[in-house]
Amino acid sequence: MIKFFLIGCALIAVVTTALIFLSFIQPTWEFFQLVTPMEFLFGTDWAPTFKPASYGVLPLVAATLLISFIALLVAVPLGLASALYLSEYAYGSVRKTLKPVLEVLAGIPTVVFGFFALEFITPTLRWILSPFFDGDLPQIFNALSAGLVMGIMIVPTIASLSEDAMAAVPNSLRSGAYALGSTKRQVSTMVVIPAALSGIVAACVLGISRAVGETMIVAIAAGNRPNLTWNPLEGMQTMTAFIAQIAQGDASTGSIAYDTIFAVGLLLFIATFAMNIFSIRLVRKYREVYE
Amino acid sequence: MNRSMLRRGAPVAFALTLALVLAACGSSASTTDGGTAPSASGPALSGAVRVDGSSTVAPMSEIAAQLFQEAQTGVQVTVGTSGTGGGFEKFCAGETDINDASRAIKDEEAAACEAKGITYEEFTIALDALTVVVNKENTWAKCLTVEQLAKIWAPDSTVNNWNQVDPTFPDEKLVLFGPGTDSGTFDYFTAEINGEEGASRTDFSPSENDNITVQGVEGSKGGMGYFGFSYFEENAEKLTALEVDGGAGCVAPSVETAQDGTYTPLSRPLFIYPSGTAIQQAQVLGFVEYYITNNAQIAEEALFIPLNDEQEAALQAKFTAFQAANA
Amino acid sequence: MSLTQTPPMPTRDISLEGRGEPIGDKIFRWLLLTALLLSMLFLVVLISFLVIKGWSRLDSRIWTNMPNPRRPQLAGAQSAIMGTIWVVGTTAIISIPTGIAAAIYLEEYADRTKRFNQLIEVSIQNLAAVPSIIFGILGLAFIARRLGLGFTVITAALTLSLLILPTVIIATREALRAVPQSIRFGSLALGATQWQTIWKQVLPAAIPGIATGQILALSRAIGEAAPLLLLGGLTFVTTNPTGLDSAYTVLPIQIYNWISLPKEEYQILAAATIVFLLILLLAMNAVAIFIRNRYQKRL
Repeated sequence: MIKFFLIGCALIAVVTTALIFLSFIQPTWEFFQLVTPMEFLFGTDWAPTFKPASYGVLPLVAATLLISFIALLVAVPLGLASALYLSEYAYGSVRKTLKPVLEVLAGIPTVVFGFFALEFITPTLRWILSPFFDGDLPQIFNALSAGLVMGIMIVPTIASLSEDAMAAVPNSLRSGAYALGSTKRQVSTMVVIPAALSGIVAACVLGISRAVGETMIVAIAAGNRPNLTWNPLEGMQTMTAFIAQIAQGDASTGSIAYDTIFAVGLLLFIATFAMNIFSIRLVRKYREVYE
Repeated sequence: MNRSMLRRGAPVAFALTLALVLAACGSSASTTDGGTAPSASGPALSGAVRVDGSSTVAPMSEIAAQLFQEAQTGVQVTVGTSGTGGGFEKFCAGETDINDASRAIKDEEAAACEAKGITYEEFTIALDALTVVVNKENTWAKCLTVEQLAKIWAPDSTVNNWNQVDPTFPDEKLVLFGPGTDSGTFDYFTAEINGEEGASRTDFSPSENDNITVQGVEGSKGGMGYFGFSYFEENAEKLTALEVDGGAGCVAPSVETAQDGTYTPLSRPLFIYPSGTAIQQAQVLGFVEYYITNNAQIAEEALFIPLNDEQEAALQAKFTAFQAANA
Repeated sequence: MSLTQTPPMPTRDISLEGRGEPIGDKIFRWLLLTALLLSMLFLVVLISFLVIKGWSRLDSRIWTNMPNPRRPQLAGAQSAIMGTIWVVGTTAIISIPTGIAAAIYLEEYADRTKRFNQLIEVSIQNLAAVPSIIFGILGLAFIARRLGLGFTVITAALTLSLLILPTVIIATREALRAVPQSIRFGSLALGATQWQTIWKQVLPAAIPGIATGQILALSRAIGEAAPLLLLGGLTFVTTNPTGLDSAYTVLPIQIYNWISLPKEEYQILAAATIVFLLILLLAMNAVAIFIRNRYQKRL
């Protein structure tokens, strides 16, 4: 009897995933009655609320990719290096002092990061870079500030998962290498990292997933203008920022603008879903190897 | 961090938080200057009043809500900013009680309301001089004609640089900000400048939140944006308002030029639309009554352009008639 | 989440040449440490920036005053603070029993080889990584509109509960796993049913771990803004919630609101409110760590 209640609660997770898929179906179906998938996925002009409207999602996707890329450029080196240090070099009191730093960083709300990007990083970047550029680059809303700050936000994710992967490497591998006369650096780079590689990759993929799905930092610091460009010093609107923006304006059921929330949301969900499944599979695979 | 430090620290932090929470539960301090706020008389009301719509009108409704709630603490007034268009959609679906609007209701919106059986009344509660702003460092543009504005904002406009607007202007990139397509300001501006409501270029930074437009223009030397006058008033130290030449010479937006109508074509009335069904609830009627009776003071507190005496008298008369009709 | 293996002892002095740590190794080690210190530097810069910027507004006005769109010196965040308490409190009431129940099922009852249970596990792991704004869309389409609950405290609480449920389940499972099998076997050997074992032996032993996990999950919920943007959180609200059907706003959204106001005084106010929020989160985390450390000895 109680067991049914318990199973019910556990099933909520499955039901929620199903609901997410289901709630997307009808609005997305209505959306694609008006806009062809080709036009949506490959069009380069995103102006869904204007007349005449255009529904090419590429500017949003490009912005998401560019900002996530910048974030990873920051997060992967910092995260991996931190994980390696904590796993192979840090011990006792050093570890106790440094590990909480990452935990605190992980607990900071993203709106704080967004504020920091807009009020500190952007002015600093402008001060550093404007002698090199005519006109005012970087713009007040730009992708670089958002990307840099997002990178720092992801460091704990990559660091803690990578560290788990490194910790799972059996000590016998390390001892063998030391016995053969390797230095710690050689053990770290040539034994531990290759052995933990699938876990590290899984950590990075999960980091990408977080970057792609992040809303507040980009809504505050990257701007509201769909802009198809590779210049990170300009403002641009990501998929998540668009969803946040349109939901603040017209959110009446049935309108085409309401349907765009779901079309873009579905794209976002599929992308992160695919990355998550891939990452979960990778983690399972490496766990099997050593257990 | 060793264990004893944690042991001592955690209870302190916990106690601090508890103290903060308990203090927050206490009564709130006065939120106006005291003495200038008009009081709401009458029996104690309770319930919710849902206001939504124009982001231009919202600051005034917010101030009205705040002042009203100080006297009537049992009423919860919420003000959303979905834009005039977005607000009307909710209003005509019965989801809100009052719609703020920076343009008059459109025919299709009126039809939608009628289809759902929602009646309403239109009250002009303030004036607005839709202001076109540029960055403070922009020293070259002082007055633009309607034709020049149309050239910049037209649907197929390729104007990207100030020197394309006027050859005497310097080579400075034009960075555009403005309201979103749900905004009455957007509708009004495009109708007056581009000749057709909703016709606009699409490569600017749109936002339902006019404050974002302010931030954008403030931060870009070649920036240009447009919004309601109160947003300019509030940020006058950081922005420059352009004079607009509507055919009779350059006129700067101000309280006077809006009230006597010389700031054309961008001076406009601002409205609230209470719904007939919502008005049946005592707290909604109470709020609308407070809003209209004290409308001059609220406009001033919110940095809006108040109606001139003639318009004010007309408003009060209309409301008295409305009260009588719905008594 | 982690397998805690102690790292091998530092072997700085082992090398065939016998000359101590080679220079390449030294540089490498310092590079790694720098990376970690950069994160610490960022935290220091962030907190200093926030405190310095928000200093003039770090006073009781934050919790005694209501938001004011035109006069920053009179503005405060009381409606947001009470809104946060209402929303996160309701979230806790909803998600804690549900999460614990689900975790108990998965840890104590479920047969891991069955497809059915594997599906549940994959769902949970996947949901844990879904972007928070997707939960906002779900809340908007299903809870606010389809169920007709509107933009109220209960809608926000239900949405946030779904958002943190995977975290709660995973943390509770870890806590249950940490209870030694010997306790279960002993209880069963004395004739107790499985449920009695769980209810009277396993759960009480796991409570510290569960409590820690809950507090951490709730502190995440406190900081969430994106899903609530779609659920009416950005409305101007100057009253405290009076029931589950009240309109609301929460601290991160009030901060977001002030960030978008161009006046510098609002930026200062935003910084001060952020400091307030961070102190609140720090206090919660300190309580979590305190519980974990205090009760770990007993087990």
